[in-house]
Amino acid sequence: MWTWFYRLASPPHVYRAAAALTPWFLASAAVAIGCGLIDGLVFAPPDYQQGDAFRIIYVHVPSGWLSMFAFTSMALAGGIGLIWRIKVGHAVAAAVAPIGASFTAAALLTGSLWGRPMWGTYWAWDPRLTSELILLFLYVGVMSLRPAFEDPGRGDRAAALLAIVGVVNVPIIHYSVVWWNSLHQGATVAKIGKPAMPGSMLWPLLSMFLGFMLFFGAVLCIRLRGEVLNRERHATWVREAMKS
Amino acid sequence: MTGTTEALVLMLRRELTLSFRRPDQLIQPLVFFLIVTTLFPLGLSLQLSLLRAVAPGVLWVAALLASLLSLDAMFKNDADDGTLEQLALSGQGLYVIVVAKTLAHWLVSGAALVVVSPVVGMALAMPTSAFGTMMWSLGLGTLTLSWLGAIGAGLTVGLKRANVLVSLIVLPLAMPLLIFGAGATDRAVSGISPAGALYLLGALCVLTCTLAPFAAAAALRINLE
Repeated sequence: MWTWFYRLASPPHVYRAAAALTPWFLASAAVAIGCGLIDGLVFAPPDYQQGDAFRIIYVHVPSGWLSMFAFTSMALAGGIGLIWRIKVGHAVAAAVAPIGASFTAAALLTGSLWGRPMWGTYWAWDPRLTSELILLFLYVGVMSLRPAFEDPGRGDRAAALLAIVGVVNVPIIHYSVVWWNSLHQGATVAKIGKPAMPGSMLWPLLSMFLGFMLFFGAVLCIRLRGEVLNRERHATWVREAMKS
Repeated sequence: MTGTTEALVLMLRRELTLSFRRPDQLIQPLVFFLIVTTLFPLGLSLQLSLLRAVAPGVLWVAALLASLLSLDAMFKNDADDGTLEQLALSGQGLYVIVVAKTLAHWLVSGAALVVVSPVVGMALAMPTSAFGTMMWSLGLGTLTLSWLGAIGAGLTVGLKRANVLVSLIVLPLAMPLLIFGAGATDRAVSGISPAGALYLLGALCVLTCTLAPFAAAAALRINLE
């Protein structure tokens, strides 16, 4: 069973599989995001409190979700690389990190754009915004640790360990930030309560979720191919693949 | 073959002896702590009411930075002269070394900060009734920070210039400490019971005491193999 697993995770196989999967991911992501955007921006009714401004959730919420999902998958992939010494695990972790950081930045950016009309300010030290910002710092830490090592294998393992430590910390950071606000007794701008969403608003959001996940898969496949090629640049199969 | 406890005591004694042989390095983080806390009144204002309001945050940020300063040297000297490899080969688990070094780091940096902190508290016009909470929170917080720092120092022990990188790695992980530590002190200053925040700090301390030695040992192993 394990030989099968190792063959599946061998760099040439992963390189070809990622190439084969990319168009599927891209096409389905385009369909899901397209449907979600049209449905969300055109057909969904405006919110009774926020008007049309609420429509930014169709980008904001999936970005926020993916920022966490990407961090967890980075730690998982790194853990697989660390424990079973599967090189592709580290390649996946290295490929995921910038994507996750970008989604985190996108969530922060859309959040502050949303905050301007709703709270009257671009930035409030709201618990969710703050923990998202700390998540971005964690990404930066992992991304700057990996290339700091001259030996790439060592950098990979160090980054994987840091990602795992980070995953343990993310919930702690999140709840500490939530409690920190309650410690300070409501000095911040009152946050609008999350209304139960009617279906006409919810469906486009779900479609966008799916689309963002698929888009994440597509970008991951593309980045993973580059990562694998770069890591295996001295291997014969790369030379052959480049010739053909 | 020495037992684990015996090895721990021997290691701890060695670390402390080494630190006390270099008193200048012992004093530097403390002086740094005092200087940073002096900067704030100079930069903000002389109004005692304002100083009192920002004192917990200032004190805590300065304490975090001061104990980060000495992290770099935690494993570095031993790694450079090969002692760390010998220790790793000694048959004791790496975590014993990590525990001894972290406790020594805390005793030298964190506990010393706790002792100095009332002076800073007075300089920042904090009420004396808050000193107990301040010292408890700093004690628990700096111990947790030493554990987190051991992970950061272990990860970067093979690197040449790692000081900034260690801070970059450790500071985001330490943010909950700042929140609870400064929060507890803040509440004590305003005369509210700080128990909740202190308990949470204690919980974080216990959590890192149990998990961090293994993470730091794994980090060291990555750099040694």
